[in-house]
Amino acid sequence: MITWSAAETAAKIAAGEVCAVEVAQAHLERIAAVDDKVKAFLHVDTEGALAAAAAVDAKRAAGERLSPLAGVPLAMKDVVVTKGLPTTSGSKILQGWRPPYDATITSKIKDAGIVMLGKVNMDEFAMGSSTENSAYGPTHNPWDLTKIPGGSSGGSSAAVAAYEAPLSIGTDTGGSIRQPAAVTGIVGHKPTYGAVSRYGLIAFSSSLDQAGPFARTVLDAALLHEVIAGHDPSDSTSLDVPVAPVVTAAREGGRGDLTGVRVGVVKELGGEGYQSGVTASFEAAVATLKSLGAEVVEVSCPSFDYALAAYYLIAPSECSSNLARFDSVRYGLRVGDDGNNSLEDVMSLTREAGFGPEVKRRIMIGTYALSSGYYDAYYGQAQKIRRLIANDFEAAFGSVDVLVSPTTPTVAFGIGEVLDPLTMYQNDLATLPASLAGVPAISVPCGLADGLPVGLQIIAPTLQDDRCYRVGAAFEAAIPSVLANIPEL
Amino acid sequence: MTLTYEDVLAKYEPVFGLETHVELNTKSKMFCGCSAEFGGEPNTHTCPVCLGLPGAIPVVNGAAVEATVKIGLALNCSIASWCRFARKNYFYPDMPKNFQISQYDEPLCFDGYLDVEVDGTTYRVGIERVHMEEDTGKNTHIGGATGRIHGAEYSLVDFNRAGIPLIEIVTKPVPGTGALAPQVAKAYVSALRDILRTLGVSDVRMEQGSLRCDVNTSLAPAGSEQWGTRTETKNVNSLRSVERAVRSEMIRQAGLLDAGEKIKQETRHFQETTGDTRPGRSKEEATDYRYFPEPDLVPISASAEWVEQLRAGLPELPAVRRKRLTDAYGISADEMQAMLNAGVVDLVVETGELGAPVAEARNWWTGYLTQRANEREAEVSELGMSPAQVAHLISLVADGTLSTALARQAVDGVLETGEDVDAVIAAKGLKRVSDTGALEVAADAAIAADPDAATKVRDGKVAAVGALVGAVMKATRGQADAAAVREILLAKLGQA
Repeated sequence: MITWSAAETAAKIAAGEVCAVEVAQAHLERIAAVDDKVKAFLHVDTEGALAAAAAVDAKRAAGERLSPLAGVPLAMKDVVVTKGLPTTSGSKILQGWRPPYDATITSKIKDAGIVMLGKVNMDEFAMGSSTENSAYGPTHNPWDLTKIPGGSSGGSSAAVAAYEAPLSIGTDTGGSIRQPAAVTGIVGHKPTYGAVSRYGLIAFSSSLDQAGPFARTVLDAALLHEVIAGHDPSDSTSLDVPVAPVVTAAREGGRGDLTGVRVGVVKELGGEGYQSGVTASFEAAVATLKSLGAEVVEVSCPSFDYALAAYYLIAPSECSSNLARFDSVRYGLRVGDDGNNSLEDVMSLTREAGFGPEVKRRIMIGTYALSSGYYDAYYGQAQKIRRLIANDFEAAFGSVDVLVSPTTPTVAFGIGEVLDPLTMYQNDLATLPASLAGVPAISVPCGLADGLPVGLQIIAPTLQDDRCYRVGAAFEAAIPSVLANIPEL
Repeated sequence: MTLTYEDVLAKYEPVFGLETHVELNTKSKMFCGCSAEFGGEPNTHTCPVCLGLPGAIPVVNGAAVEATVKIGLALNCSIASWCRFARKNYFYPDMPKNFQISQYDEPLCFDGYLDVEVDGTTYRVGIERVHMEEDTGKNTHIGGATGRIHGAEYSLVDFNRAGIPLIEIVTKPVPGTGALAPQVAKAYVSALRDILRTLGVSDVRMEQGSLRCDVNTSLAPAGSEQWGTRTETKNVNSLRSVERAVRSEMIRQAGLLDAGEKIKQETRHFQETTGDTRPGRSKEEATDYRYFPEPDLVPISASAEWVEQLRAGLPELPAVRRKRLTDAYGISADEMQAMLNAGVVDLVVETGELGAPVAEARNWWTGYLTQRANEREAEVSELGMSPAQVAHLISLVADGTLSTALARQAVDGVLETGEDVDAVIAAKGLKRVSDTGALEVAADAAIAADPDAATKVRDGKVAAVGALVGAVMKATRGQADAAAVREILLAKLGQA
């Protein structure tokens, strides 16, 4: 039951072949069996999950129409606010906080009858590429428990790859959905900026953060995408446009025909710095796309070389402000409130104790970059680069329908292996440009290198998320399942 | 040694500027749907957004943007066709997010002016900018001697005010007002308040904090091209305080300059009780606010069509109206000012529109009614007397039904009981006694009761009639016409 796709599971529940409670139970048992090794979950909501599943079963028994994913279990990244359920964003500073409200996507997921199994691990405040920055310890890659599952949405990717849930929600600021999907051999999509409401996502970098789906198939990801996408009056940056027809596109792509689709290989996202196994797997993927009828050309986007530098100014700048609210006054951790310390001391002691080293590093970088006299040289300049990157995309999409690249320069590395932050930041090389330009991008598994999964990134123009799904589904249908090779846990 | 104001002016030239914060009276807050009403049980007008809970993000209140554009237009500003909000970052526990959403280098309205008149001279106060921001919560520091955070045992925070739409109106520096600097500053705030009241965008209650001023003051040696170092005085919360703050800062700064000292650029706090200013936090240690464009909000683009639509819909502004009424009523500027100061212009106009002579209406509203309002420490408009009731009283006096004294008693009755004028007159039996027969009887009785006084009058000491008049008035409970009583008495005593 746990190996079924979300689409299959929903169909069987709707047909009465299995009840939602059984499905939930099977997944809760799987979590109980393997999560002490994977450590994807921070909080398992057994009671809530069974109640949600029972509600779906009751609805079906009453003859009511079920939503397309009703009864399908899901793992929620801990950055998403869930009413009454612990929500920590992977940080000690929010330990014990139970939000009084639901994020818009949480409500949408609940309304769709999707069964939330619990909250999954992540790099603290979504800052990282390995989940090692979680205050609650690292999550392990189900392909090899000594390896990282990617980050920051490492709990989301590991839970789906380990069959603890067929679906999960992640958030992507610079690659935090696509990179974990790539290194765990699953599908992950970062929607167009503004396609999914950010109301209730604990902000890391507001102008970049975007929630999206993880699944083991492109169609499953598309089904979840349709549930969470759409305009939200509570988020003025959410776009008031119809949701891209991603499910239709995934089904159409599944037929395996890409005749007439123009694919651009981004010259700057490959070559030096990319592992040979990754490059080989990517080249084979491009050949497969050609075999499906796609026209492939090389495209140059010269500004992409500056993406890393721009990102590591913009994201820290915004986070230095977004994370200011964690001051011990209203919620979360409070340290040093002994009657002798001043308010400023208590704030300072709390932040000292509550934030991990990577979060502090970024707050300091961001505080510096925004400070008077440096703003123009850092934040201002980074915004200009961002514009140039968007221009490069626009120019490229003038001649091609989608752009492709390896999702990551390397396969999953060992836990504890990368200690230098700058080396860690290199993980995002290929995923940052789409984040900075706000365009949609998907990662689909494209093979193995050294026995570990490699991801193919497919980038589309703004609001054309359906193209990612169409090309992704066609590619998926054309190659043998990568996930079939995952070892037993 | 403290200098006199005259000493200061002989040597120095003041420049002042004002930053005025105005709470808008929108139904909901700036960035969420919570009630923006003043007061309420602490922390009842709150939600995840205005509490700054993790994950919550703001959405702009369109009504606040509209009100701001109206204010900008009324202050002769240009309206930005595109502008953004910015985050002002600093830590303070009354600020839920530890940043305030404000506007920085892209204000919605900029480059305007407001003309104010003092002693018959018009001064143009330049408006630098009008921008939108959110108010903070309110801290109450419990324990400790000062009521301030230092030394307090604990502090309470009420977030009802957090997120209330706040407009900041910043003037350009105003030079060249000399001795009148304090009065021009006060006149500016007063004129601004009138405009905001006319636009209906704010309650403009200084005592409730819905209009608050920071006053910048500097002095330069007379004749100097260069302006001096300015101080910023906060906590200036009444019109009178604006005037006092500028004046006391001028005197304080002059004292320092005379002693060869430098003026420190700093924030000072106005002391309501003493009328002087005390140092606050020093600008040298001022926070770097690290402004950057608010990424959670989309830019505001006010189309030219929309702005013109708002401009066309603006009410007649106070200066224009004042001029029109002054001309129409044939009154002096001072008489108009008296009405403005009393806050009764609308009331007079309405009373006049109901048929009462405007001169009478002015007398009532700026006279007895203002006096009663002052006694009650209330606004005249809140007394409970309507223009219709005043117009009715005026007509009763005009047709002789009531004397002025009786009309005042009627007012008192209305204020006490809340009943209307006719009901009060009936209940109190207020009626001018013009029945001569009754008065003659009362006069005879008074003469009989006070033969000494009667004899004196008969002997030619006419002034002695006062005691007899008083007795008659007392007997008729004040309802008689004193002049008529006097005539009757004098006739009876052979002095007519």
